[in-house]
Amino acid sequence: METSDRSPREGPQPTRRLINLMLGSGILASIVAFIYPAIRYIIPPLVSESTSRSVVAAKVGELKNNTGEIFKFGSKPALLVRLTDGTYRAFSAVCTHLQCTVQYREDIHEIWCACHNGIYDLEGRNVSGPPPRPLEVFEVHVQGEDVVVSRKA
Amino acid sequence: MTTVYRRVLSWLDERFGAGSIEEFLRHKTVPVHRHTVWYYFGGMTLFLFIIQVLTGILLLLYYRPTPNDAFESVQYVMTQVRFGWLIRSVHSWSANLMIFTAFVHMFSVYFLKAYRKPRELTWITGMLLLFLVMGFGFSGYLLPWNTLAFFATKVGTEMAGSIPVVGKWLLIYLRGGEEVTGATLTRFFGFHVAVLPGLATLLLAMHLLLVQRLGMSVPPGVEKAIGEGRQPARSMPFFPNFLLRDIMGWYAALGVLGALAAIFPWELGTKADPFAPAPAGIHPEWYFLFMFQTLRYIPAKVIFLEGEFAGLLAFGAAAAVWVAVPFIDYKAGFGRVTRFFTGLGVFALGYMAVMSALALR
Amino acid sequence: MKKILVALLMLVWALIPAAARGDTDSCITCHSALEGKLAEPAKVFDQDIHHQSGLTCADCHGGDLHDDSLNAMSPAKGFRGAPKKTQVPEFCARCHSNVTFMHNFNPKARADQYSQYLTSVHGKRLKQGDTKVAACVDCHGVHNMLPASDTRSPTNVANVATTCAHCHANAVYMKGYGIPTDQFARYQKSVHAETLAQGDTSAPTCTTCHGNHGATPPGVSSVPNVCGTCHVFFAQLFEKSPHRAAFAKLNLPGCVQCHSNHEIVKPVDDWVGVGPKSVCANCHTSGEKGYTEAEGMAQDLAKLREGIERADTTLDTAERSGMEVSSARLELASANEDLVKARVNVHTFNEAEVRKLTDQGAGISTKTHEAGLAALHERDVRRKGLGVALITIVITIGGLYLKIRQMESPPRS
Repeated sequence: METSDRSPREGPQPTRRLINLMLGSGILASIVAFIYPAIRYIIPPLVSESTSRSVVAAKVGELKNNTGEIFKFGSKPALLVRLTDGTYRAFSAVCTHLQCTVQYREDIHEIWCACHNGIYDLEGRNVSGPPPRPLEVFEVHVQGEDVVVSRKA
Repeated sequence: MTTVYRRVLSWLDERFGAGSIEEFLRHKTVPVHRHTVWYYFGGMTLFLFIIQVLTGILLLLYYRPTPNDAFESVQYVMTQVRFGWLIRSVHSWSANLMIFTAFVHMFSVYFLKAYRKPRELTWITGMLLLFLVMGFGFSGYLLPWNTLAFFATKVGTEMAGSIPVVGKWLLIYLRGGEEVTGATLTRFFGFHVAVLPGLATLLLAMHLLLVQRLGMSVPPGVEKAIGEGRQPARSMPFFPNFLLRDIMGWYAALGVLGALAAIFPWELGTKADPFAPAPAGIHPEWYFLFMFQTLRYIPAKVIFLEGEFAGLLAFGAAAAVWVAVPFIDYKAGFGRVTRFFTGLGVFALGYMAVMSALALR
Repeated sequence: MKKILVALLMLVWALIPAAARGDTDSCITCHSALEGKLAEPAKVFDQDIHHQSGLTCADCHGGDLHDDSLNAMSPAKGFRGAPKKTQVPEFCARCHSNVTFMHNFNPKARADQYSQYLTSVHGKRLKQGDTKVAACVDCHGVHNMLPASDTRSPTNVANVATTCAHCHANAVYMKGYGIPTDQFARYQKSVHAETLAQGDTSAPTCTTCHGNHGATPPGVSSVPNVCGTCHVFFAQLFEKSPHRAAFAKLNLPGCVQCHSNHEIVKPVDDWVGVGPKSVCANCHTSGEKGYTEAEGMAQDLAKLREGIERADTTLDTAERSGMEVSSARLELASANEDLVKARVNVHTFNEAEVRKLTDQGAGISTKTHEAGLAALHERDVRRKGLGVALITIVITIGGLYLKIRQMESPPRS
């Protein structure tokens, strides 16, 4: 332009048309590349947002009295127990000794770790064997048809 | 094509005098000399700020500012939401790049004496914007509610508590209570997405308006050389020549951001536990490191002041001097370059670099 | 001098009207005014469990606590004084062996401490006149006895080891008994001491294996029974294993042969097998069946361990790249569980029993490793997407560059 200080260039220059095409397609494509993730981002994902605070552990009536069931809570297993009186309790199913998964023993009405015979009572307290600490206890609420387990605040 | 453009322009011109804007753009020029490259950093900072606004709005769609949900919602964004990892990583990386370019912009303006009369107000609004940007960084750091951020915020806000008389009040004001809790999180969220953006928009408008009114400053050395006829006064039109170069830079920045986000996703860490002992190696974000390190070196008592307060006082005084530099170095306004202020700038830059390096050691 | 002082004090005491003195314990009153050893009991007695239960000095030592004169301590008033070391157990047993009497204070109180003590090495030696051995007060303290539940008590589970070590770790004191004095130092390094220090008060201390009042080292054949009170599975497996008969024949103690007695550290997989750290190779030599079994068990464990580590590293990398792999993590936990169980099954000393579990775990770990790889593949797809975006960016930048050059080049004439 009028104030340019560039020296005249040697050789043939790409035509104006070609440059405009390159620029136009580049801008168009890059805008698509920016808009596309944004739109995909705005569409909510299928997995509902209850990744680790609370989870539906079971449906009401799924568990018989005096039985237990392992469910996934975040990336760790948890144990839902239905007591003989029909009430629910939930615990972390990760044994505090060597991180094996514990289970509910219907015969002794206690929580048992098969790895080293660790025993917890139905309050999650370590009562026998190697476990050094109690199990983490979760809260259980029955909401309609769902048995919802959540971390204690 | 051209006729459509003309017609649209004339339509707008009839409504609000858009023609004068076009007229202004046509006449706006940018000086060309060996320091022209520094002119790009202001625009780059502005571009990154816009990226921050856009990605910030997107993050708002999923983020929940409560201590129970904050970490989980960010985790959800990172793992479940499509491209959530990209949006969040870009937001974090862009924040850091923005602070970096803002500092580069500030120091280039300082060394090229662009703050001299008549641009004192541009300098002051710019400095205030820099403080705001750091405020954005400080408040945003806590929002994912991870261990590192939790304790960094605890330490950072504790410093405010060391100020006599108002310290206690200030601490409670910042934390929303005696301790860093959910109240702090809500508060910082409010600062980060409402208070600071509002202030920043206002100041940014003033800053940009002043830049447009006053045009770009030519460094005193170059000005003198032109005045003495040793160098021709060259310039290029802002539109489109300079703007196209700007856009080139912005595109490059976008590429860098995308690559950083994909190759080095911003880590989330572990969820903050207020009752857990503080982990080793708590440190604030890199742009606060020089202050953090200085406060470590200050003894518990300086004369009759608390060490921490003395440090804050020194930084406050330094910041005040820095903001007021156009008035202190008023001689620069007459084209006289004082070696002292260039030296001061070199010292400040060196000090920040050395202290940050020591903190990272 | 001292006597004059005592006499003077008693005179002053006598001058105060009895009514003003109230119903006080004259033992405490006088002894607290004394110096040194004689004052010690009076100073600490108010913390003592006996005092808390309403007992007085006179209940153990006899005498008359209402008499202010030295007469209170005359044998005529039933004064017994302090027992000699050899008499201490009987002295305490006067009450503590009396079930009926003890039930007045604690309905669950036991009264067999004295009879147990007589069976202990301490008790037997004391009977023979050895006064260096521990009697009741050496472990329980004298006038400031606290219940074992009190964390300050020397018999509290957290303090038992230090209490025993008081004598047993003292090489000079223990000289002549011909037993080692490093048990405490070695126990301190054990997994038991570590667990106890972490606050698990059910973790074993000296008395858990040796007994308290009937303290005696367990015999060679009873070792598996002692350990088996807590480590049930291991004792059961050992009981059925070929080692049981072999160890009995050689008169070797069960568990401690490999795990040591006091310095019971966390076992590592290297103990199994035939490597340099192996405990199997202590007895088994190349060519025997036991040697091949050991070698096989070590390989099984290593295979699963490496499989889990590999899967774990892959999942870590995937997680750091922002990928969701929580289901795979959950599955990997069960592979880990198989490894833990396989380590238990080592105590069958039968390679097939170990392999059964490690094969199962290895299958799971391979599967989770693959899930991790799939997640990493997804990450690479993301990077390819980024690559495409970068290409569009580069094209645009190139276009801009050419546009500027073209714009700024002087028009051709």
